[in-house]
Amino acid sequence: MPAHQTSTPHDGSTGRVVLDAGDINRAVTRISHEILERNKGAEDLLLLGLHTRGVPLAERIAASIAKVEGTTVATGALDVTMYRDDLRTHPTRVASHTQVPAGGIDGKTVVLVDDVLYSGRTIRAALDALSDLGRPAVVRLAVLVDRGHRELPIRADHVGKNLPTARSERVSLRLVETDGEDEVRIVDSTGPTDGGEA
Amino acid sequence: MTRHLLSIDDLEVSDIEDIFTTAAEMHDVQKRSVKKLPALRGRTVINLFFEDSTRTRSSFEIAGKWLSADVINLSAKGSSASKGESLRDTVLTVTAMGIDGLVVRHGASGAAEQISRWVDVPVINAGDGTHEHPTQALLDGYTLTRRLGTLEGKHVAIVGDLTHSRVFRSNVKSLIKLGATVTVVAPPTLMPSGVADWSKEAGFATSYDLDTVLPEADAVMMLRVQRERMSGGFFPTAREYTVGYGLTRDRLSLLKPGTPILHPGPMNRGLEISADAADAIDSAVLDQVSAGVAVRMSVLYHLLTGEPQGNEGVGE
Repeated sequence: MPAHQTSTPHDGSTGRVVLDAGDINRAVTRISHEILERNKGAEDLLLLGLHTRGVPLAERIAASIAKVEGTTVATGALDVTMYRDDLRTHPTRVASHTQVPAGGIDGKTVVLVDDVLYSGRTIRAALDALSDLGRPAVVRLAVLVDRGHRELPIRADHVGKNLPTARSERVSLRLVETDGEDEVRIVDSTGPTDGGEA
Repeated sequence: MTRHLLSIDDLEVSDIEDIFTTAAEMHDVQKRSVKKLPALRGRTVINLFFEDSTRTRSSFEIAGKWLSADVINLSAKGSSASKGESLRDTVLTVTAMGIDGLVVRHGASGAAEQISRWVDVPVINAGDGTHEHPTQALLDGYTLTRRLGTLEGKHVAIVGDLTHSRVFRSNVKSLIKLGATVTVVAPPTLMPSGVADWSKEAGFATSYDLDTVLPEADAVMMLRVQRERMSGGFFPTAREYTVGYGLTRDRLSLLKPGTPILHPGPMNRGLEISADAADAIDSAVLDQVSAGVAVRMSVLYHLLTGEPQGNEGVGE
């Protein structure tokens, strides 16, 4: 599944680097500008990161917006574990923390932030989770990497980098906050995957 | 994670921590306006209760419903069990309807484990005789972890009718797993036989003197005097029990400030716990009830999702 196929500590040295720290930084900056442009400012914006790596990405985008606009944008974290459609076929996952600002999400422009967009199933689950939390005015999607192979009619509004991949490849996305470094690699894994690939 | 939850012995420390982590998220769901998660949509859980229960059964029912499972309550009264059907036939009949999980309470110790050998769905023990009540211990541990930050190195006193208490047996196991020091206090007549060996083996202390234990405790768990299980003669009068082992207003002053007071309910006010203690600021009784739903949601989620497994038969 998209948010979970991204990285395990041992693949830091295999595959080829497609985005380095500078590329990731520029992509985050560009996404921030796009969000502001689309929203005509920072008003009523709420950046909701999807666990795990969407959460620090949302924080980075918020920091970048703060630099440009001089205003703080509300951020939060969304856990979609209970909304996944593979609960009966995958090992049970422990829930992560859903954190929504005290004002709630009603009437807000919610930008979902995730690291890698793949099948689209995580985003489907996130939309369900959102509707249980309230009724946003608009929901948009920002991802750092879109690797294709959608299984649902879902697309991102803001994409850091389109990465054409084969299904047999794996995208390993690492962030300083969660993995100690900023890097996106494509790892060829024609053999049996380590359980990450959905 | 274990397939059945029959005893705290089925759980590793990491399993308990996972259950608590998920329970914390479930706790937040209780505060939302839409108290519903789709995790167990399309699944059916049966609460099979051969013994009276209000809070455990309704807690499991709410937990299942908030996870979108269909929950059906069956009690022995008014069921075919009262017409003489054997336990095995009742259980097999119920599971043959195509259910996904069974929550069982029974007056006989070991009933849940026996049932788990007959069926191929997860079985959760909601109390079997005087053996165990694992979800109660988990919710107590969860409540204490929230109150105290951690149980590592904390001293918990469990006081009261130990002989008849499955809550005590499950709690001793889970509290020790979570790193707490445990002292159990009871009058000699309500101290279970064999406790000397068990306490040595498991590493907890026993005492007959509540007043010396209370000032040392970081948390106090009062147990209900289970008169319905007593054939009489365990203590001369209720008054005498209260004087020796009740958490009276006077004894409250022996506690360190902020010491949480737990009681699994239902409380015998004026017997093992005074109204002053039950309604004290540090009383965690209502926290326990709300934690009960969150922890049972977490347990149902962890046991009923995941890759299908074959029946491993006996739990542990």
